[in-house]
Amino acid sequence: MSTQLTTPVNRQSAEALSRSKGEPDWLGALRAKGAELAETLEWPKPQKTRIDRWNLNAIGVYKPQTTVSSTDELPEAVRNLSGEAPAGLIVQRNSGVVLKQLSAELQAKGVLFTDLETASREHADLVQKHLNTVVAQDENKLTALHSAVWSGGVFIYVPKNVEVELPLQALFFSDDVEASFSRHVLIIADSHSKVTYVENVVTDYSDTAEAQSLVQQAVVEVIVKPGAQVRFAAVHHMAENVIDLTTRRALIENDGRMEWVIGDLHDGHTLSDTQSLLKGNGSTSDAKVISIGKNKQQMNLTTGAVHFGRSSESGMVTRAVMKDQATAIINGITKIEKGATKANGQQTEKVLMLSPKARGDANPILLIDEDDVKAGHAASVGQVNPEQVYYLMSRGISKQEAERLIIHGFLAPVVSEIPIKAVREQLQQLLERKLEV
Amino acid sequence: MATQFVIDGLKAAIENKEILKGINLEIKGGEVHAIMGPNGTGKSTLASALMGHPKYEVTSGAVTLDGEDVLDMATDERARAGLFLAMQYPSEIAGVTNSDFLRSAINARREEGKEISLIKFIRQMESKMKELEMNPEFAHRYLNEGFSGGEKKRNEILQMLLLEPKIVVLDEIDSGLDIDALKIVAAGVNAMRSEDRGFLIITHYQRLLGYIKPDFVHVMMQGRIVKSGGPELAERLESEGYDWVKEELGIVDETVGQV
Ligand SMILES: Nc1ncnc2c1ncn2[C@@H]1O[C@H](COP(=O)(O)OP(=O)(O)OP(=O)(O)O)[C@@H](O)[C@H]1O
Ligand SMILES: [Mg+2]
Repeated sequence: MSTQLTTPVNRQSAEALSRSKGEPDWLGALRAKGAELAETLEWPKPQKTRIDRWNLNAIGVYKPQTTVSSTDELPEAVRNLSGEAPAGLIVQRNSGVVLKQLSAELQAKGVLFTDLETASREHADLVQKHLNTVVAQDENKLTALHSAVWSGGVFIYVPKNVEVELPLQALFFSDDVEASFSRHVLIIADSHSKVTYVENVVTDYSDTAEAQSLVQQAVVEVIVKPGAQVRFAAVHHMAENVIDLTTRRALIENDGRMEWVIGDLHDGHTLSDTQSLLKGNGSTSDAKVISIGKNKQQMNLTTGAVHFGRSSESGMVTRAVMKDQATAIINGITKIEKGATKANGQQTEKVLMLSPKARGDANPILLIDEDDVKAGHAASVGQVNPEQVYYLMSRGISKQEAERLIIHGFLAPVVSEIPIKAVREQLQQLLERKLEV
Repeated sequence: MATQFVIDGLKAAIENKEILKGINLEIKGGEVHAIMGPNGTGKSTLASALMGHPKYEVTSGAVTLDGEDVLDMATDERARAGLFLAMQYPSEIAGVTNSDFLRSAINARREEGKEISLIKFIRQMESKMKELEMNPEFAHRYLNEGFSGGEKKRNEILQMLLLEPKIVVLDEIDSGLDIDALKIVAAGVNAMRSEDRGFLIITHYQRLLGYIKPDFVHVMMQGRIVKSGGPELAERLESEGYDWVKEELGIVDETVGQV
């Protein structure tokens, strides 16, 4: 029996690659362990989506990248995506980070913003202590495999009491379908610090490359120390041949706050799982997700909040528009553990179907082991309301424009909440593009 | 050419149930027609059929606006041709702000590249809102969402003022309005009265017609206009109800489409 059949890496290859990149021994050992675990663990089994039918092993091969000195040297299609990034910018091309910038002001304040490979050498104490603590290696085959193969990535550390006003930005793009494109993001916000991080995940292939599958694996771990606040915004819009497997998770300590804004506008199969672990008393989280599915795209989008802390609060909103024959399974999981008294978890999932062949499932799940709590959910799957279209048309607005207004109106409660204007506008443009017939 | 709106033998059905049984009515620019009639006699159906609501099927008859075949047009084309219906139950549309909606409606009447400038639009909208004593905040609220009954009606009139239609159908614009709001809305309508604009006002109450003097009053029963007259007809209906009309015409059940 060959392990190659089920897993694209093994202990030896993971260790060898780590050594060739000059990574510290502890990381090499971690990667080796991940590769080994991947051989025995199972793929995650998200509700109602057979991801085992996706080409999950097409993770590409590690290819070193040449660094650039400014965004001007990037391909035209991705050059302007981050706009001005005065605070800091990291650009990853395929397997490796090619550009890193951090303002002198933030450097002086002790903020660390670099690729995770560099951080594992230069800030080994911090990285080793926190890596894989929020998303464990041995959860499933995906997390194990990822821990073995990730490259590039982002590391953010914000020291105690430091507030980073402007967003730190990252751009991840793939323009080589044979190269691996799997990043790991580790964010540590120390006590009473504050930071906003925005990432853009895109592809720029020639038409011929689009025939080949590539898995984009991403794991995001966020550690929110007491009283800290982290805002995380991500926009994914890769080509159809890319399979997006993204796991985001935050661990939130006392009175910490985590905000997620996710634009799942990817054109290919998507497994997107965004969770907040509300460990601390008084910790809060908020997740807003929008998605548009088209063609034969399959999407499984989960938001989750697990309450451990007393008086912890979570809010989750997902809105998805499904076109053509796209399928979306949307799960909201609010879990309140025993002892999390006065916790409050609220969630809403709404799907708007634009085609009779599209499929949408909204699954609100409340798992509650404590009496003294509040929890609520609302879920709906529906079509564009013909009465509304008629009303708008009765004012002279064309049918097409009426539907456009209604669809944008459906997504507006999430879009309008996006904290950063540039991201909001970019998202708006992407929405327009993906909604066009 | 003065506005001329002609409804000729209009029959319409919903779910294969005939509701309108042949409506004849001619409205010229400058005229105000009122339609009164008991509940369930087809008044709103007439309004919906004129506007082209997808649920109502016109089975025979003709409607023309300045000689153009209205029934041949889609709802949005009817609106752009100059027809306006203030609905009895306006839709709520979450996520679409009132001002975005209004601007889209205005721009729908203009050629591409000749859209109204934002400044000009805001100035127009704000001045009309002021006329209607609407809180400016309503511009930024989602369209009709959470509006009170009276606020929705005022918002319908705001649209009428901004869109300047040729033929205005008001379906129970007075329902849900308090006394002051009724006066404001009536003033808004009166300000729009002109030689090239005609009105069809559906109402249950003489009170509105006290503020907006109609030239003609029609009574609708059983999906037909069964009696027409001047403003005095509305006054008599207000004081005596419909029994005398039914008696005069030998009508027992005035409703339509009931099984
Ligand atoms: N969508 C519909 N589905 C089924 N029946 C309908 C529908 N719309 C109207 N009807 C029926 O058609 C008849 C006429 O209704 P319409 O709304 O035109 O009355 P109306 O004169 O406007 O009454 P009101 O004074 O109460 O507003 C009623 O019996 C009504 O139930
Ligand atoms: Mg009615």
